[in-house]
Amino acid sequence: MTDAPRARPLSPFTGIWRWHVTMATSIAHRVTGCAIYGGGLILAAWAVCLASGPEAYAAFQAVIGSPLGLLAMFALTFSTFFHLAKGVQHLIWDLGFGYRPQTASLGAVVCIAFAIAATLAIWAIAFMTGAL
Amino acid sequence: MVQLRLPKNSRVQRGEHHPAPAGATKVKTFKVYRYDPEGTENPRWDTYDVDVDACGPMVLDVLIHIKNTVDPTLSFRRSCREGVCGSCAMNIGGRNTLACTHGHDEVPGAQCQIAPLPHMPVIKDLVPDMTMFYAQYASIEPWLHTTTPEPQTEWLQTPEDRSKIDGLYECILCACCSTSCPSYWWNGEKYLGPAALLQSYRWLVDSRDEATGDRLDDLEDPFKLYRCHTIMNCAQVCPKGLNPAKAIGEIKKMLVDRVV
Repeated sequence: MTDAPRARPLSPFTGIWRWHVTMATSIAHRVTGCAIYGGGLILAAWAVCLASGPEAYAAFQAVIGSPLGLLAMFALTFSTFFHLAKGVQHLIWDLGFGYRPQTASLGAVVCIAFAIAATLAIWAIAFMTGAL
Repeated sequence: MVQLRLPKNSRVQRGEHHPAPAGATKVKTFKVYRYDPEGTENPRWDTYDVDVDACGPMVLDVLIHIKNTVDPTLSFRRSCREGVCGSCAMNIGGRNTLACTHGHDEVPGAQCQIAPLPHMPVIKDLVPDMTMFYAQYASIEPWLHTTTPEPQTEWLQTPEDRSKIDGLYECILCACCSTSCPSYWWNGEKYLGPAALLQSYRWLVDSRDEATGDRLDDLEDPFKLYRCHTIMNCAQVCPKGLNPAKAIGEIKKMLVDRVV
């Protein structure tokens, strides 16, 4: 009995949790927020290239117009709309409404649906108007 | 700090398998977290094939059945077996709930996984160390604070004022909510967590309490209250159907209300 007790283990958490949709959208809100910061840098790069003359601008266009660039822009569009929708849900919460688990889960699903629909709509418009 | 992996001494290994007894009529597998503080091994997942026709319908019935018939060393807390004491809170099928009020057939999937409350120091098997959780509850001073002289009879309250603590006083402090919260997992030493904050709100809205200002001052801190990001796990899992997320939202509103 002279041995000091060994350190207690930490019980499992992320590895065992069965997620609710509200937890998924909360984490997605954080992730899309970070993505939008990245998008801000891309926007700044666009402005810098625009100011630096036609060659720099053409180079920027080539990068953004590449399949990888388009994928990033698509993801950014989704991030922006999702973050916007989730922000509105937070606004409603801050007013004191929508805390029932069923209501909150429904709100989370609406955020996802809105983000998908709005992203597809924007890209459809871009294709139809020849912007791409 | 956001931490996704378990520390080295906490990673759960494969454990023993206990087959069902001969003549079992309806077998279900239970995967149970085991940790022996007197050994040298890491925690492990033991699996038990249980004849669920031979025991009651709740997860607690199954645990008691395992303890009685298969492995008497299995440790867990339990007392009232009717959802009023909060002792048997644990993570069942990936969600925190009370073993005594949760039927094993309510858990989706063929196998039922039973673990201690998440992100807590484990004393043994399904028994977590609740010291910090109780200290946080004590820190919100969960009793009536008054400065006016005590009345000759009780402190009176109108039925309307009394109804304000409905949905708050029923909390049994089982810690299902706090240990479901990712903010509490990662900032549990500074963030009070849903249970303590729900109780804090219970005293903030009590019409008889005269320390509302002091209580709000105490919560006006970057961590104690504002680590709540409305993830909603607390309200989703509360076995009593209470809503800590809403209580926290109401505290945030009170803090805004007193400055505007």
